[in-house]
Amino acid sequence: MKILVCITHVPDTTSKISFTDDNTKLDTNGVQFIIGPYDDYALARAVELKEAHNGSIILLNVGGAETEPTIRKGLAIGADEAIRVNAEPTDAFFVAQQIANVVKEGSYDLILMGRESIDYNGGQVHGMVGALVGMPSVSPVMRLEIEGDTAKVEREIEGGKEFLEVKLPFIAGCQEPIAEWKIPNMRGIMMARKKPLQVIEPASQEKQTHTLRYVLPPAKGKVKMFAPDQMDELVRALRNEANAF
Amino acid sequence: MSILVLIESDEGVVKKSSAEAVSYAAALSAQADQSEVVALALGNTVAREALEALGKHGASKVLQATDERLNQGVIQAYASVVSQAMEKTGASILVLAKSSLGDPVAARVAIQTGAVLASNVVALPEQKDGFVVKRSIYTGKAFALMSMDTDKKIIAIQKNTIDIKEDGSPATVEEFAPSLEDADFKVHITKTEKASGEVLLPEADIVVSGGRGMKGPENWGMLEELAETLHAATGCSKPVSDMGWRPHHEHVGQTGIKVSPTLYIAVGISGAIQHLAGVNASKYILAINQDAEAPFFKAADYGVVGDAFEVVPKLTEAIKAS
Ligand SMILES: Cc1cc2nc3c(=O)[nH]c(=O)nc-3n(C[C@H](O)[C@H](O)[C@H](O)COP(=O)(O)OP(=O)(O)OC[C@H]3O[C@@H](n4cnc5c(N)ncnc54)[C@H](O)[C@@H]3O)c2cc1C
Ligand SMILES: Nc1ncnc2c1ncn2[C@@H]1O[C@H](COP(=O)(O)O)[C@@H](O)[C@H]1O
Repeated sequence: MKILVCITHVPDTTSKISFTDDNTKLDTNGVQFIIGPYDDYALARAVELKEAHNGSIILLNVGGAETEPTIRKGLAIGADEAIRVNAEPTDAFFVAQQIANVVKEGSYDLILMGRESIDYNGGQVHGMVGALVGMPSVSPVMRLEIEGDTAKVEREIEGGKEFLEVKLPFIAGCQEPIAEWKIPNMRGIMMARKKPLQVIEPASQEKQTHTLRYVLPPAKGKVKMFAPDQMDELVRALRNEANAF
Repeated sequence: MSILVLIESDEGVVKKSSAEAVSYAAALSAQADQSEVVALALGNTVAREALEALGKHGASKVLQATDERLNQGVIQAYASVVSQAMEKTGASILVLAKSSLGDPVAARVAIQTGAVLASNVVALPEQKDGFVVKRSIYTGKAFALMSMDTDKKIIAIQKNTIDIKEDGSPATVEEFAPSLEDADFKVHITKTEKASGEVLLPEADIVVSGGRGMKGPENWGMLEELAETLHAATGCSKPVSDMGWRPHHEHVGQTGIKVSPTLYIAVGISGAIQHLAGVNASKYILAINQDAEAPFFKAADYGVVGDAFEVVPKLTEAIKAS
């Protein structure tokens, strides 16, 4: 089984987000970059499937050279080789096209992505790639079992879940509890240095959006505290100030 | 010219988020070229009167694709129907609510129709110079002003951010018969498990959420009672769903559901940055925690320092009495 896992290189979830250059660029000062947490779930499940089905994992990232440490970490976790499409991933359609090109050339049995990237939170790329290459896509996937040429999938929906069946190959956008995040061990880190990482140039340059400027949300006012015996006052504030009910 | 709106329903009832999407489309039409707002409903589970009532929110016409196979949200089939409806109505804009169905449908329609897609949109566009939308990014930690650069556009709006319009007149309902192929049903839904009758977390106007401070699943009764009193949905922190105290679809935060209610009530949740990422789009936050130093108080509008087991029943009582 040949599995493609698409990973993003994003600020750690604890990062404070701020901007520079007249609010046109993320201030990366002091920001640590990680594999997107959802992509990390996808990779963890891929490693389990690889072991169970004697498969191989190819990692894919669309990004500049600065993403290579993140890619190496994915190799240390258990991917066998990696491809980096050398371009800034500023537009979902642009990224989807690059991924679709790799998919078309690779005859993969399974394509695993994260439910969404945590920078732009689009949740768009899997569906776009699916439409571009003519494959079904399912997201967010909480459980994924492979039986022969069929995948049995649990998809989260508002207030519950759906149980689905789909023939391989298909695209899954993963989230917990599909697998436990895996931490690379020393041996994995050593081996990752020697695993192949191929850099390719983007196949098309077409973009449909551009970002003009970033804005931070207004700062929160000071919290109003109420003692446990002031519930009537609290309810009044919630009702009259917040208009909550 | 027209603006198409995808309608989602739950147990035969049009979702609140779809009413928001229709209202957004109406405001968009008023802002620019007075395009006709056409709603699109799939399947035959929603009654005709409820479809006509979409007129209140600003739709003048509703297309209904009554094919029974569309009663389930099969994503590829939905995408195909929406693309065909855009073609038929000559719509240059599609509006929908961001959801587990809306997101993948929008992504596919974007490719099929050559439209540009903007997700997590929180306000009407700026149309003076191009078409610029404001979208929430970095899980609510920032916004981007993004220019949409092709003629056809798809706008997926964040829930609970658009005011619902209520003063329109009834819409006319028309049957719409798209062509569907077997290939559109390659994904088989074998079963659906859903809580029935509950307020859906992502749609809710008020959320009552519990953390590890609740000590165990047996103590959720008091949160459920508070939620019921407020007609609120229940949520929880990640460890709570990890430990199986609550179902996963209630997990709020960076790796869970992102909510944007009018009021988020956090009980016994410390306020870790990953939890806050899922709730910082709330209009107001009330934190209840026994630790005066809990980080949640820095993100909250209202706070109570005290034992949840004492404060929550008192709060419920005070609401009932008021
Ligand atoms: C990549 C990543 C992603 C994550 N994503 C998420 C996410 O999506 N959502 C999420 O929630 N977390 C997420 N986390 C975990 C997060 O960092 C915190 O560990 C988690 O939110 C803590 O949950 P908690 O507040 O319920 O528990 P705790 O941190 O243990 O806090 C319990 C709180 O309850 C209070 N308390 C105890 N007893 C009482 C009482 N009787 N009355 C009142 N208060 C009481 C305590 O003072 C304390 O503040 C993520 C972490 C990582 C690394
Ligand atoms: N630049 C990228 N490189 C590789 N994969 C990506 C990239 N951007 C998004 N993806 C994949 O697509 C998923 C959904 O991303 P998004 O649509 O941006 O929320 C992510 O979880 C990744 O698996």
